Amino acid sequence: MISLSRIKRVFTVGDEEVNALRDVDLDIDTGEYVSIMGPSGSGKSTLLNMIGLLDRPDSGTYLLEGEDMTRLDDSQQAALRRHKIGFIFQFFHLVPRMSAAENIELPMMLAGMAVAERKKRVEEAVEAFGLTDRARHRPDQLSGGQRQRVAIARATIMQPHILLADEPTGNLDRVSGNEVIDILESLNRQQITLIMVTHDPELGRRARRQIHMVDGRIESDRCPSINEKGPAEQPRE
Amino acid sequence: MFIRDIVRLSLSSLMDQRMRSFLTILGISVGIAAVVLLTSIGEGIQKFTLAEFTQFGTNLIGINPGRSTTLGTSGAIINNVRPLSIADEEALRRIPGVLDTVSVIQGNGPVEFAKRSRRTTILGAGPSASKVWQIKVAKGRFLPSDDSRAARSFVVLGSKVKNELFRDANPLGQIVRVAGERYRVVGVMESKGQMLGFDLDDAVYIPTVRAMSLFNQQSLMEIDLLYQNDLQSKTIAERAKKLLKSRHGAEDFTITTQEEMLEILGSVLGILTMAVGGLGAISLLVGGVGVVTIMTIAVNERTPEIGLLRAIGADRRQILWLFIGEAAVLAGIGGLAGLLLGTVIAWLLGTFVPALPTHTPWIYAVYAELLAIGIGLLAGVLPARHAAGLNPVEALRAE
Repeated sequence: MISLSRIKRVFTVGDEEVNALRDVDLDIDTGEYVSIMGPSGSGKSTLLNMIGLLDRPDSGTYLLEGEDMTRLDDSQQAALRRHKIGFIFQFFHLVPRMSAAENIELPMMLAGMAVAERKKRVEEAVEAFGLTDRARHRPDQLSGGQRQRVAIARATIMQPHILLADEPTGNLDRVSGNEVIDILESLNRQQITLIMVTHDPELGRRARRQIHMVDGRIESDRCPSINEKGPAEQPRE
Repeated sequence: MFIRDIVRLSLSSLMDQRMRSFLTILGISVGIAAVVLLTSIGEGIQKFTLAEFTQFGTNLIGINPGRSTTLGTSGAIINNVRPLSIADEEALRRIPGVLDTVSVIQGNGPVEFAKRSRRTTILGAGPSASKVWQIKVAKGRFLPSDDSRAARSFVVLGSKVKNELFRDANPLGQIVRVAGERYRVVGVMESKGQMLGFDLDDAVYIPTVRAMSLFNQQSLMEIDLLYQNDLQSKTIAERAKKLLKSRHGAEDFTITTQEEMLEILGSVLGILTMAVGGLGAISLLVGGVGVVTIMTIAVNERTPEIGLLRAIGADRRQILWLFIGEAAVLAGIGGLAGLLLGTVIAWLLGTFVPALPTHTPWIYAVYAELLAIGIGLLAGVLPARHAAGLNPVEALRAE
């Protein structure tokens, strides 16, 4: 479903050129559970943004469900982000002046969905994520775990095919972190492709497919539970 | 994405920064209030002045002796100019379409009764003056239609002259001395007030021929033509011109139509209104700069939010319209507040300073609101373009 070949991305920081991605080749099938690990600056977030159509490669091709993404213009890419991709961030990125329900509603608003349908879906999502008594609260009145649940509800409200999570537990305590991971994994069991960037090796090992990146390259790409016996190799960090 | 959603989002972010939004709205509303107020005053003055001019009726054409190249009468009557005579007036009255004529001559002199005396304006006028100039007679009647060559020595007093000479006594039938000659009072005019500095109440009216001999003048100062409503002033002016030319052998007179006068006056006053409105627009401009400033700050503060919106599926155009919409809502609210403020102040002015005429045409209010929204849209463009152009990845990372 996701097919990257020879993807290059160079950033210019001051006078220096930084190669965030060097000729990355990667194929991910529908319903996979992939973790991307590696030291900071290794290009894992850039790879995630690339898959999520937030960033464009300098060269290489990206096919999403057989369609060439590099040829699409801004609004076509936005439409795909809206309908096929859900983002979850370390810092939740909830709009602070809006209630939980309004935050969940946002993607549907951008999609121009009818108000009645929006209301219905928000109600369902609020209940499904156990936020019923918190729906009218603003983010600063919610705990970290609740905030991330709101963010997940928002990311999945358009029923995307792919869920991209960038350090989803990085800002949470262990208990709420586990709760969030459980939610994400249960979504993955419903055939949503889950791609997660993480620093946490324990978390990374839970994924069926584990990718290690170093210096803009994919250093290893393994499915330990299928190919190997015993615990996966320790990540470098 | 619907306009309703844009407005809702805008309102929620404006409510989030109440103080800031309030001050920005205040800036715009002061500008709009200034525009509304100043144009109201300008419009009021225009209406007031035009009303002053048209109080004598609008279907009037004035003919003065002497040729002038610009509008108005040449001050000196030169020797080779033939005088405008009573005979001219009678000929003019026979032009088809002319309903009536008034011959005018004016001078100053003392009007005396018993031991009281007042120096005042003496108007020699035809018997139709009251009708043509639309000045009503309060008591008695106006000058009778005598044979214009041998008019009886009757006088009609302006209200102020009557008050000065007679106080509360009845002047009708009394004999007064006008510049030394004896006249019988036949009427008193209604108070008409001042017209551009000329006090019509401080005047007396006597028959034209008598005034001519009184002031030892050969020529009338003016002949006014009243023409039919449904006719063009130009047509009548042309006919009068042709007639007088054939009588005088040359164009030694000036014809001024009321329409021309009003047109020139109207355009001058219109420019005045615009200039005054322009002054208000300057403060509106300052308000607009305030909107640009506040929107620029908002875009900077909400950079991560912009990144988030991009990530959940907003394209550049939506981000653009989100911020332009917010600026327009901000300015639109300011416009409404300013409209209210300006109208209230104009109304208060009209109530407490009646001498200062104000008039707020409702279409100006609509224009002012559209102007405010337009300024908001314009002010929003720059910050919104910046917001739309942000790189989503960098925007998300900004904190």
